[in-house]
Amino acid sequence: MTAIRATNLSKRYGPTVAVAELSFDVEPGRVTGFLGPNGAGKSTTMRMILGLDRPSGGAVLVDGRPYHELRHPLRKVGALLDAKAVHGGRSARDHLLAIAQSNGLPASRVEQVLETVGLREVARRRVGGFSLGMAQRLGIAAALLGDPEILLFDEPVNGLDPDGILWIRTLMRELAAEGRAVFVSSHLMSEMAQTADHLIVIGKGRLIADTGVDEFIARSSQGYVRVRSPRLAEVADLIGTGERHPDHLRVTAMSTLEIGTLTARAGIPLEELTHVRPSLEAAYMELTKDSLEYTS
Amino acid sequence: MIDILRSEWTKLRSVRSTVWTLAATAVMMIGFGALLSAAVKNTADGPVELANALMASLSGAMFASLSIAALGVLVISGEYRTGGIRTSFMAVPRRLHLLAGKAVVFTVTSLVVCTLAAAGALAAGLAITQPAGLTPGEVVRSAVGAGLYLTACGLFGLALGTLVRHTPGALVAAIALIMVLPALVRQLPGQWGRTVAEHFTTNAGQLVMAGGGGGSSLSPWAGFGVYLAWIAVTAVAAGVLMRRRDA
Ligand SMILES: Nc1ncnc2c1ncn2[C@@H]1O[C@H](COP(=O)(O)OP(=O)(O)O)[C@@H](O)[C@H]1O
Ligand SMILES: [Mg+2]
Repeated sequence: MTAIRATNLSKRYGPTVAVAELSFDVEPGRVTGFLGPNGAGKSTTMRMILGLDRPSGGAVLVDGRPYHELRHPLRKVGALLDAKAVHGGRSARDHLLAIAQSNGLPASRVEQVLETVGLREVARRRVGGFSLGMAQRLGIAAALLGDPEILLFDEPVNGLDPDGILWIRTLMRELAAEGRAVFVSSHLMSEMAQTADHLIVIGKGRLIADTGVDEFIARSSQGYVRVRSPRLAEVADLIGTGERHPDHLRVTAMSTLEIGTLTARAGIPLEELTHVRPSLEAAYMELTKDSLEYTS
Repeated sequence: MIDILRSEWTKLRSVRSTVWTLAATAVMMIGFGALLSAAVKNTADGPVELANALMASLSGAMFASLSIAALGVLVISGEYRTGGIRTSFMAVPRRLHLLAGKAVVFTVTSLVVCTLAAAGALAAGLAITQPAGLTPGEVVRSAVGAGLYLTACGLFGLALGTLVRHTPGALVAAIALIMVLPALVRQLPGQWGRTVAEHFTTNAGQLVMAGGGGGSSLSPWAGFGVYLAWIAVTAVAAGVLMRRRDA
């Protein structure tokens, strides 16, 4: 069963359109990356999935039902939105205990998740004194309490040190390998390339791409051949393909060897013959450049 | 629902603001009660009248009502301030159940603490004033009345906190409705003005402590009922908005 299904999901805040007609599925057994520049509407979408914000249009179902109809929602869905959104005066254990009790989960689960995230030693400490990394682990502990089939993480690696990033990445891969649906947002392509199996890319609240990561990488790393020559027009005529730019020709249908052979035979001098492979980050920038809210 | 009550009890007992506000409530009840009772005793020519003695014993309620209202506000506004409300709504998406759970846990806790504090204030005050014609029934009724009144003030705070979602704003609203405006409306002229003043929030509500008299046309229970109606209207508005608003 599809873990999360959004259908024409939309959200306006006054005049701001945060999410527009967004449709996508999140499937179990894989990490689905939710990628988009800052302000693209990722957090808003996650809040709507979790029944926190009311959609202005469309709908989103969790395991086939609206979130608010789930009886013990934490047994089905675990989420980490904002790690610092906890009452600083409570101990880590009490914080988790209150969450566990609300969904009829035993206190022993609290001890288990504290162990899982490595916060056992500081369980009695007030969470106000936690570092961001510890707060993040606490948030993940809360998400894992109900042993849910569906997990949502909103920019979980933001502000973490490399150790923490690696830990979260590994955890997400493990959770997906156990057959759970993991839906994780990020504004960094490089992050997603290392964690996700599938990508949902949005910009300005709209869907830009819904594709496998491998596919995305293959397509974007294919690149093109850049040809520069004092006799560029002749080159273009000769090879009969490519995109004319003022100072170069951009060819995707032929390799450097093929182009080089043809021009050598015709005796046309070349200034440059390069296979340009855009980085993943550049491919993503290209994809989302029209949807960036502000350009710096 | 029992799950939600357990969870809310864990939340309530595990923050220091709970301990502080409840302690402040008890200290003010007993401290002011003893202080004013001593003053009444010293200025009286003969034996102190029972009604005056009871009133002096419970004089701390005026301030205690604010500290218990502050706890009521914090029970919900603390979650909005930290963003923890989202975690709560994720765990309990039926928001009115969550609000009801908070109200029940708060009510029970407050009733116990405030009734005990009132009993302590009465014990201290009456020991000082030694009024004539004291009956145990009258003492118990006063203690229970004060416990109910203070708890109602706390629930008023909880409703206002849910409505306003912002601690300072909700505290100001609570102080205005519990202490400032009730005194101001007493200045309204004419019969109409007097009726408004009598039915205004704590002017009506505190009758349940005094056990009649005080020149109001409302009976103690009717007065308390009027106060509960104020709180209920606020709570309903708060509940409707809580369901509708984005978290
Ligand atoms: N509560 C809100 N009120 C008004 N505007 C909002 C609110 N939440 C988000 N927005 C706006 O909606 C857009 C999407 O925001 P968000 O979902 O936070 O994006 P992302 O998480 O992808 O960075 C932004 O323009 C943001 O300013
Ligand atoms: Mg965001």
